[in-house]
Amino acid sequence: MSATDLSTPSSRSGTYWLLADCWNIVRRGLTHYQRQPVNIAWQLGFPILSVLLYGYVFGSAMTVPGGGDYKDFLMPGMFVMTMAFGFINTATVVVHDSTKGVIDRFRSMPMASSAVVAGRGVTDLIVACAELAIMMLTALAMGWRPDGGFGFLAAFGLLLWLRFALIWIGVWLGLLVPNPEAAGGLFAVAFPLTMISSIFVAPQLMPDWLGWVAAWNPISSTAAASRELFGTPVGGGDSWVEQHALLMAGVWPVVLTAIFLPLAVRRFRKLSR
Amino acid sequence: MDGYAVRAEALEKRYGEKRALDSFDLEVREGTVHGLLGPNGAGKTTAVRILSTLIRLDGGSATVAGLDVVRQAREVRARIGLTGQYAAVDEVLTGRQNLEMFGRLFHLGGRRARLRAAELLEQFDLTDAADKGVGKYSGGMRRRLDLAASMILAPAVLFLDEPTTGLDPRSRGEVWQSVRALVAGGTTVLLTTQYLEEADRLASRITVIDQGRAIADDTPDGLKNLVGGDRIEVVVAERSDIPQVVKVVARVTDGEPEADETELRVHAPVTDRVTALTEVARTLQDEGVRVEDIGLRRPSLDDVFLRLTGHRTEKEAAA
Repeated sequence: MSATDLSTPSSRSGTYWLLADCWNIVRRGLTHYQRQPVNIAWQLGFPILSVLLYGYVFGSAMTVPGGGDYKDFLMPGMFVMTMAFGFINTATVVVHDSTKGVIDRFRSMPMASSAVVAGRGVTDLIVACAELAIMMLTALAMGWRPDGGFGFLAAFGLLLWLRFALIWIGVWLGLLVPNPEAAGGLFAVAFPLTMISSIFVAPQLMPDWLGWVAAWNPISSTAAASRELFGTPVGGGDSWVEQHALLMAGVWPVVLTAIFLPLAVRRFRKLSR
Repeated sequence: MDGYAVRAEALEKRYGEKRALDSFDLEVREGTVHGLLGPNGAGKTTAVRILSTLIRLDGGSATVAGLDVVRQAREVRARIGLTGQYAAVDEVLTGRQNLEMFGRLFHLGGRRARLRAAELLEQFDLTDAADKGVGKYSGGMRRRLDLAASMILAPAVLFLDEPTTGLDPRSRGEVWQSVRALVAGGTTVLLTTQYLEEADRLASRITVIDQGRAIADDTPDGLKNLVGGDRIEVVVAERSDIPQVVKVVARVTDGEPEADETELRVHAPVTDRVTALTEVARTLQDEGVRVEDIGLRRPSLDDVFLRLTGHRTEKEAAA
């Protein structure tokens, strides 16, 4: 019936096929962006608009406690926000795939089912790199001048580290919400959660209790740590968590992963019930 | 494989209090199309999802292509195809990109995945649309791409879960044609459907499922004999005309007419359909009976159900 030889080689190891399957899922994810490049623009629209709005419109009215340029405070915050909103993208793709039956098709095939999730994660990290590059170029064009070198790379790494942790929240939510429309509503949750942090405004300038919440917001640590690593440590606070931003920027994603990776795996397993 | 492509014994599946499958048995002979016929919520999809290793069974046992669906799930997956409501293709990618991706995920390697994709696009008459995004496909084209994706490894057993639900008659015909071609190539097909007509057209044997149990297993002719084949149906305006209509219908057709006094309906089984229809219509007109409606009715799933279970399908009952 078929002219093509359809026998599948059994000589390769399981690890080989796990990686090959994972790569094929990544290829699928990247092809989506290639076919719909406007999606990247949508995902970056809000952060870029925020940079322009806060940088130019509110910029002169914004103050940084302890002095310093508001741009040096704002830009790393914008990079963090871009990473933070990333979990919505993950959730949106996952909810589409699970409700439209694509995940079921994968699960009915002799491929490694963990590659479905792992491939999603790798795709998201590659896209996050592209998003960070675009955001940083925008910032440079607006006069942001970070230190180069190791600190810069370390900051980039910490931002991706945060994005990595948020993949699992995205996968978990994607398998939890009933339909793609509901996933759209996640933005309404994400927006205040990213605002109550040190992204736009230093926590010291907020009412005491709110400032405390903002300082302990995991994304605040990544923002403060990357400000330090970019060589522009402006607007830092005196509380313990703000004094240990570098440490906490490493620890928070571990905590988030420890909570949400098992939840995501459990949800994925639940598909076979 | 002892001549059976699918064998399920006493399958159980519970969702909380609800028994989706309740001691469900099924035997599908190799190289045949087997219909699994039942209304919404009867357990058709649950059965297919268990047999295609997507969900775990709570009791009983099942083999597909001679392999146990629980202990040898991975081997089963290399020998089955799944198409229908729940196994879809990627909407953003093109038809070709979809088939190539699935080919690589079936571990064919890049070169053979490309060759196989081109072959299947040709076979399912999708070559012209190969490089268009699936989002722009018509319903019938998508189902054919679905079928093509399920056929990448030329599986021994193909599960078709309501392959034509929601399709217009023309697309439905296209899908039926593709299914027939596959069976001619040696694939065993388990087809779930809500339409007796579809099962009749494609399947050589039909299992009727209701509330998670197999309540009949027969050839399409056997099932149709059970419900009595096509019927002629006359609806009149006046109740007083019913005896006269019964007399006319009895004269023209060979069966015993049944009268429904509340719905003002007379119906009877017919064999020579068109002659009976014209004859009854003409005679009634000659005799001056006011007829509201007259027509031929094929037996429906509902008729099968009524006969087998004494109750109508739930959808009909709600309507």
